[in-house]
Amino acid sequence: MKFTLSWLKDHLDTTASVDEIATTLSAIGLEVESVEDPAATLGAFTIARVVEAKQHPNADRLRVLQVEIEAGKPLMEVVCGAPNAREGMLGVFAPLGTHIPGSGITLEKKPVRGIVSNGMMCSAAELQLSEDSEGIIEVEADLKDRIGSRYVDAIGLNDPVIEVSLTPNRPDCTGVRGIARDLAAAGLGTLKPPRALGKVEGTSDCPIDIKLEFSPDTADACPVFAGRYVKGVKNAASPAWMQQRLKAVGLRPISALVDVTNYISNDLGRPLHVYDADKLKGAVRARLGNDGENFLGLDGKTYNVDNTMCVIADDSGPLGLGGIMGGEDTGATEATKNVLIESAWFDPVRTAITGRKTGLITDARYRFERGVDPQSVMPGLDLATELVLGMCGGTPSKAKVAGAAPDPQHEIAFDPASIAARSGLDVAESDTRRILEALGFTLGKASKGKPLTVKVPSWRPDVHGSADLVEEVVRIVGIDKVPSTPLPRVPGVARPVLTELQRRVRRARRTLAARGMVEAVTWSFIPKTEAQMFGGGDDALDLSNPISVDMSSMRPTLLAGLLTAARRNANRGFSDAALFEVGQAYRGIHPDDQYISAAGVRTGSSHASGAGRHWSGKAAAADVFDAKADAAAVLANLGIDPAKAQVTRDAPAYYHPGRSGTFRLGPKVVLAHFGEINPRILTALVVEAPAVAFEVIISNLPPEKRKARARPPLDESDLMPLTRDFAFVLNSDVAAGDVMRAAQGADKSLIRDVSVFDIFEGGKLAEEGKKSLGLAVTLQPQGQTLTDKDIEAISEKIKAAVKKATGGEIRS
Amino acid sequence: MTTSDLDTLEQGLLADIAGVTSLDALEQVRIAALGKKGRIPELMQTLGKLPPDERKAFGQAVNAVKTRVSEALDTHKSRLEAAALEQRLATERADITLPVRSGPEAEGRIHPVSQVMEELAEIFADMGFAIAEGPDIETDDYNFTKLNIPAEHPSRQDHDTFYFAPNEAGERLVLRTHTSPVQIRTMLRQKPPIRIIAPGRVYRCDSDQTHTPMFHQIEALVIDEHTHMGHLKWTIEEMCRAFFETDVKMRLRASYFPFTEPSAEIDIAADVIGKPGKWLEIGGCGMVHPNVLKNCGIDPEKYQGFAFGMGIDRMAMLKYGIPDLRAFFNADLRWLKHYGFSVLDVPGLSAGLSS
Repeated sequence: MKFTLSWLKDHLDTTASVDEIATTLSAIGLEVESVEDPAATLGAFTIARVVEAKQHPNADRLRVLQVEIEAGKPLMEVVCGAPNAREGMLGVFAPLGTHIPGSGITLEKKPVRGIVSNGMMCSAAELQLSEDSEGIIEVEADLKDRIGSRYVDAIGLNDPVIEVSLTPNRPDCTGVRGIARDLAAAGLGTLKPPRALGKVEGTSDCPIDIKLEFSPDTADACPVFAGRYVKGVKNAASPAWMQQRLKAVGLRPISALVDVTNYISNDLGRPLHVYDADKLKGAVRARLGNDGENFLGLDGKTYNVDNTMCVIADDSGPLGLGGIMGGEDTGATEATKNVLIESAWFDPVRTAITGRKTGLITDARYRFERGVDPQSVMPGLDLATELVLGMCGGTPSKAKVAGAAPDPQHEIAFDPASIAARSGLDVAESDTRRILEALGFTLGKASKGKPLTVKVPSWRPDVHGSADLVEEVVRIVGIDKVPSTPLPRVPGVARPVLTELQRRVRRARRTLAARGMVEAVTWSFIPKTEAQMFGGGDDALDLSNPISVDMSSMRPTLLAGLLTAARRNANRGFSDAALFEVGQAYRGIHPDDQYISAAGVRTGSSHASGAGRHWSGKAAAADVFDAKADAAAVLANLGIDPAKAQVTRDAPAYYHPGRSGTFRLGPKVVLAHFGEINPRILTALVVEAPAVAFEVIISNLPPEKRKARARPPLDESDLMPLTRDFAFVLNSDVAAGDVMRAAQGADKSLIRDVSVFDIFEGGKLAEEGKKSLGLAVTLQPQGQTLTDKDIEAISEKIKAAVKKATGGEIRS
Repeated sequence: MTTSDLDTLEQGLLADIAGVTSLDALEQVRIAALGKKGRIPELMQTLGKLPPDERKAFGQAVNAVKTRVSEALDTHKSRLEAAALEQRLATERADITLPVRSGPEAEGRIHPVSQVMEELAEIFADMGFAIAEGPDIETDDYNFTKLNIPAEHPSRQDHDTFYFAPNEAGERLVLRTHTSPVQIRTMLRQKPPIRIIAPGRVYRCDSDQTHTPMFHQIEALVIDEHTHMGHLKWTIEEMCRAFFETDVKMRLRASYFPFTEPSAEIDIAADVIGKPGKWLEIGGCGMVHPNVLKNCGIDPEKYQGFAFGMGIDRMAMLKYGIPDLRAFFNADLRWLKHYGFSVLDVPGLSAGLSS
């Protein structure tokens, strides 16, 4: 919403400066987007007369002018290249030192082909008033008495333009008058009475019939439609002052008849339409459209209508969309002799739906979908008639009104004490009354113990209840006057507030960062092809209106985003990436289908111990065990002992089938997956191997058992533990975990730890399909030291247990 | 063997010891002198042949020699050992200019969004706010209708909503455009008093220089019988002061949101980013609209309260001088290493959020 200062002053009697007005507007909820003051940039330009114009001695295209820049003062010599510069003309002069907005240059004293120019005669383009740079501005001869005065003042350009970004609840402020009313309430002046109109109602009946053709259940689409016929108009350009204002707010002047409707729309927030009455066939009616109908819009495009849209039609079919756009075929032109002025009220919701369906963004829609004042139908029609009569002449008919304007006015029982209760702001009741009345509310008499009766004006469809009135008073008094009041504290030291899941998310994040991984935040939506690669891509999880195909499907896992991020980093020269993310992914569209995962990707030679080549050790490729270690570390730090979980060979298909695994608790609960990424996926994503990954499904983890804060007593034997090594020869497909479990189970009380210190799979063993596994078993004697015999006995038990479980023999 | 012979023997042995330059040779000397068949034990064996009256004196003399020789051996051994160590140390050298690995805790990083979320959680936890969460894929009802945004309300247009295809019931789910549906879920589940914050991902169908289709918001909700706008103002002021770790000037500007009444925009003085004289918009706030309470089964005659919301990414940008929102989600390692946080930077109130 744009307006100029002078336009505002039509409605507001004020001495406030532009700055004061802008500050107040922003404070009361009418946020100022911009203030443009032409005087600020064009103040130095003055009106001057060319007294003499001679050919430049050294340049064919230049002339040397003698310019009168102030009556009676010596003439200035100015070099000028404009073809229209000639003796006697009035133009616009810029003295040396002036910044020329159109060219960005500041004028300096320097010779032009040998002759010093003491300033410049300017084109409209140089002043950024139009695109015209062909010649210099020709000032109207009747301004010859204003030589030396500011050009912006002389032609009425000295009118700052204010643009307000309106919130959707304020249809009343889509007109300058509504803004003036708010400013008056805020103490910045007095609202002037509405413009007094002359006689606009004619004596003859309107020759064109106006009808509402709705079924009872759709009658609210357009409850009132009024029109007045004006006979014998002469439609030409509107007066300069009106054109100037329209241009200042970004509207293109077209003709007096059209300009009047646009002017009133911006002045009062009351859209209107004018028809060339001679082009109408039969009655003008408001009705719903029929599927298959269309019309040619004022913008020259054809629009199809359907049976939800409110159209204005005549016998020939739809002419335009009610509340949105008129039609080209029946619009007023310079040739129009007889005009029908329309003033109606269209339902905001239907207007919004139609607007969205057609994609039409117009000034009328902007106003009707917010809710035009229904009581403005007749005043708008009358004002339009008056302006048309004044500019185009003609004879008006009586107004023809179909239907009746809805009367939305309602009353609110308002307890002024609720202002303090809701806002913390103490406002005197007299101030409350003054503010609400200035905004157009009608207040009943105050009586002790009873709420006030407040009648809402027809232009405020946004005010429904007591809370809205509190807002009106608070925003006008000033929200900055609300006193800061400490929120009462719960007594004592603050209690912890995080849920277990929230704590786990934090711990997972810190665990992975502590392992040298870098946290990324990647998009929740990924390309559908990628979602499919990672076991997702269900149509139900596709966005209907994605921003691009690369962001079209909700991610089934975090890995796609991390792998493509790793690729981008590799392309920038960082191929040893260790990226992780802790966040949500989606198995379906229901709330329970969303799950939290801590996932990571390592590429190149990234390990927890460091990446890349180093003098201290060989740079090995990241492998499945790096991923397993990361997943196990997360589990351990989230209270799940990974050694107690089963490790199974059934990771999802996007992992390498032989080099991946799943941590699980029983058959149902999947804790984590880890492994190399399947080479097929790497090829599809153009990620270079090696790339390993893991996902810990935090949402799946069983709740931590509530442990006592006190630790169990330390129960350690004073006797030295001792370690015995065993080398087993096993079939190469025997899992080390099975061997370890068998050894561990051989004597639960004495065996404290079993670890694998060596694996040998080469040479002759490999030919036989065998491998050798070196197992270190740590024994913790309890109560008494172990004799050689005892140790021998345990060793035999271990050998027997391993043999029984895996067929492994001690290597000889 | 006379006393002078004994003397000569002693002198000889001591000279041998002194002449030795290696530990091995010293050991030979020790064996020759004190070993089982060494000179001194040999002498001791002759003791029995002496007349009893000489035996004692001679025995004592031999023992004295033995003691002195032993001491000389020990002293010389220590000396040789020290010299040997000296020599070894002189040859053992590491190139201490070789670089060491910096270690995982120096490599890892926490994303600024996570860090700032944790900072805000610390602040609000201290003020007694719990953290509430909800799904990203929401119903139209929770994202809009219950928040007093009816179907064709113009403010829906401002939300640039991502939609899913309609389900069997013709219902279109949305990606939440704000974390406000979490407020709705909380109010439907919990009776007042309520104090929560709702941080999380939100989505708008908008992408340009300063907008990304996904970003992060934090909202706060307080519902009880007495909380008013003054409390709202104080809470935001305190939060800003604690978050920016400096005094921050704040102002509220009247505005409009369908779910609050009165509503305001929150501006802070740009001094915090070294641009005095300007104001920065950081979020919106207001008193929860009575219709919203009603929609959640809370009696608006009895209960009232405030809500506010801010962009977490934007807060991170302002506090830590991060210029470009779009870079937050690019996972560029150079950016993450530069703007990310050490794993040891755990935000807390006692040490300061960012120290």
